[in-house]
Amino acid sequence: MSKILLILQREYISRVKKRSFLLTTLLTPLLFGGIYAMAIYFAVKDSDEEYKIKVVDESGYVADRIEDRGAAKFEVVSLPADSVKEGVEKGESFGLLYVPQLDLDKPEGIKLYTMSTPGLQLEDDVDDAMEAALERAKMDRIGISQATLDSLRTRVSIKSVSLSGKAATSGNSAIAGAVGTFSGILIYMFMLIYGAQVMRGVMQEKTSKIVEILVSSVKPFQLMMGKILGVALVGLTQFTLWVVLTSALLSIAPIMFGVDAHTASEAANHMSMAGAAGGNAQAVEAIGKINEVIGQINLPLIIGSFMYYFLTGYLFYAALFAMVGSAVDSESDTQQLMLPIMMPIIASFMMLGAVLKDPGGDLAFWLSMIPFSSPIIMMIRIPFDVPAWQLILSMALMVVGFLGTTWMAGRVYRIGILMHGAKVNYKVIFKWLMSKQ
Amino acid sequence: MDILTVNNVTKSYSNHLALSDVSLSIPGQSIFGLLGPNGAGKTTLIRIINQIINADKGTIEINGERLNPNHIEIIGYLPEERGLYKKMQVGEHLLYFARLKGLNRKDAIKEIRYWFQKLDIPDWLNKKVEDLSKGMQQKVQFVGTVLHNPKLIILDEPFSGFDPINANIIKDEILELREKGSTIIFSTHRMESVEELCDHIALINKAHKILDGPKKEIKNNYRSKTFVVNHVGDIGDLDGHYELLGTTALEDGLQETKVRIKDETGSNLLLEYLIGQTKVVGFNELIPSVNDIFIQTVKEGSHE
Repeated sequence: MSKILLILQREYISRVKKRSFLLTTLLTPLLFGGIYAMAIYFAVKDSDEEYKIKVVDESGYVADRIEDRGAAKFEVVSLPADSVKEGVEKGESFGLLYVPQLDLDKPEGIKLYTMSTPGLQLEDDVDDAMEAALERAKMDRIGISQATLDSLRTRVSIKSVSLSGKAATSGNSAIAGAVGTFSGILIYMFMLIYGAQVMRGVMQEKTSKIVEILVSSVKPFQLMMGKILGVALVGLTQFTLWVVLTSALLSIAPIMFGVDAHTASEAANHMSMAGAAGGNAQAVEAIGKINEVIGQINLPLIIGSFMYYFLTGYLFYAALFAMVGSAVDSESDTQQLMLPIMMPIIASFMMLGAVLKDPGGDLAFWLSMIPFSSPIIMMIRIPFDVPAWQLILSMALMVVGFLGTTWMAGRVYRIGILMHGAKVNYKVIFKWLMSKQ
Repeated sequence: MDILTVNNVTKSYSNHLALSDVSLSIPGQSIFGLLGPNGAGKTTLIRIINQIINADKGTIEINGERLNPNHIEIIGYLPEERGLYKKMQVGEHLLYFARLKGLNRKDAIKEIRYWFQKLDIPDWLNKKVEDLSKGMQQKVQFVGTVLHNPKLIILDEPFSGFDPINANIIKDEILELREKGSTIIFSTHRMESVEELCDHIALINKAHKILDGPKKEIKNNYRSKTFVVNHVGDIGDLDGHYELLGTTALEDGLQETKVRIKDETGSNLLLEYLIGQTKVVGFNELIPSVNDIFIQTVKEGSHE
């Protein structure tokens, strides 16, 4: 045991000290932070920009009733449309909103002339402003005042309470899906990146011929486990640092752009609502809704099982990767041996969409039981409430699974690392697996 | 007292026999030469002693005790195929090796310092392995093998990669280690170093042990009562006790002739006889080198 610890220590320290580790650990949060900061920057910047749009109204409905909306600032002019168009061409204003004679019940022929293509948001704003103006015109026609309308408006917020624990509101499942997908993808990346590191490490020990010296001091199995656990610890360290650094950066990013936190969070909320009409009251309401949904998700369960599948999934695949690394003599030989190992990982990643569609279905159930795919698939299912017995069974199978792959890899490894120049395929590996010590 | 005994060890791989019923005993505080052509089974035997692989049949005893994991700490092994972690510092690397062999940190550091002083390379400690030349790396590997003061040191082709000066330094260290009580098993093709260093030798060919014993005894057994005579002037025909094996001309009219005594006649009588025939300048018994014995026995083996 103490020897596994020694090996683990060396693996950990030598990897953490590498410049590439330092770089990826520091740069990844910077990248996240940078993207986030840029999003905020543009959101804030956009809201400052104004688009002056001249309105030529031939209908008589709009001129008195149109109001600025978002970035669109309207100016009603009583000039012929053609001369305003020229003005737009010369850059005197951003655009011309032309309202022809129209039937209030069937408004047609309204046009927005601009030199550069307006953004989606601006088009929406102009659209909304136009609709609002015409609605007001209709209200005036039938004699309803704004005050009367306001007094009619009734707001109700219904809180959905699930009795079965299976809430199925659309907002809820969207967020559950996002949480599941995110954790599934993280586990997928972790298994691939660090699995490959284990493989490369084993292969380097073999090709640099250091391995024979090592196995005269420790059992091959100890050597393999020390490496697998050491790399796992490196992965956990990197992941923890990413979480810490990213969240630190995210709280600093707005300040870097000279925006106070309040504006920033408001801007962020605007973004997350994706085009929903602004207004503080609605934003607060939306945040409340999000919080409510997150509250319905069992966060401790998700974090707990994430850590569990994170580790067991890694252990399951790292053993297989170590097995391949021990069998080959050079990186180019790994390709064909890697394929059968990569396939289930990639396949479960591709099943993601199907599982999201029906998280309680047969496909999702079976994929979340088989250790080859369960780390990714089960993480997707958990936010949708998985029966306890399924979760426990899947976790137990995961233990059986990684003990199995570790045992198998250990048997192949002890022979593979001392075997040079052999042409290795899965038939040979199977022979090693079955051979006596 | 034998430090290592190998009893009827057999090992086969899926498609060939690597060792067949090999028995050896290696006396303590000796230098034991394990010889044999490539693929004879030497490395298999060494790996079995190092518990890297298990024998199919037979047993191994160290100091009369069945081989067990505790023995790892008293064995130092320098494999033929050896490497180091390129990115590690030399000192760190040796510390890692020593600790894997069960030394604690403090003792390991003490030993590393001792050996680096002894080999006069103290400034290598903080260098990275990749910055060392191949010969320098070999030296580091040698230190890594003996750091934990092993009682049994197994060296597989220890001199490959060394220049003659460094090879001599390592040779002296090997002799000194024996003086201090260690036993060295020494697997090599380089017969001149076997001739020079080994007390005992064993020869393995095609999975079988074909020769084993003290070097002197073996060499005695291979003596053929043949003598090398340097002389000026022809020897002429010899009488019935002797056989002339061949003459080569050397410089300045000097000739070298090999003569074998066919019966129990002593060497003094041969010399007296030769003096009567020609002018003798030199007279030596032809003692077979380990190299000759090696080639002869391996050849005999392959004719069978």
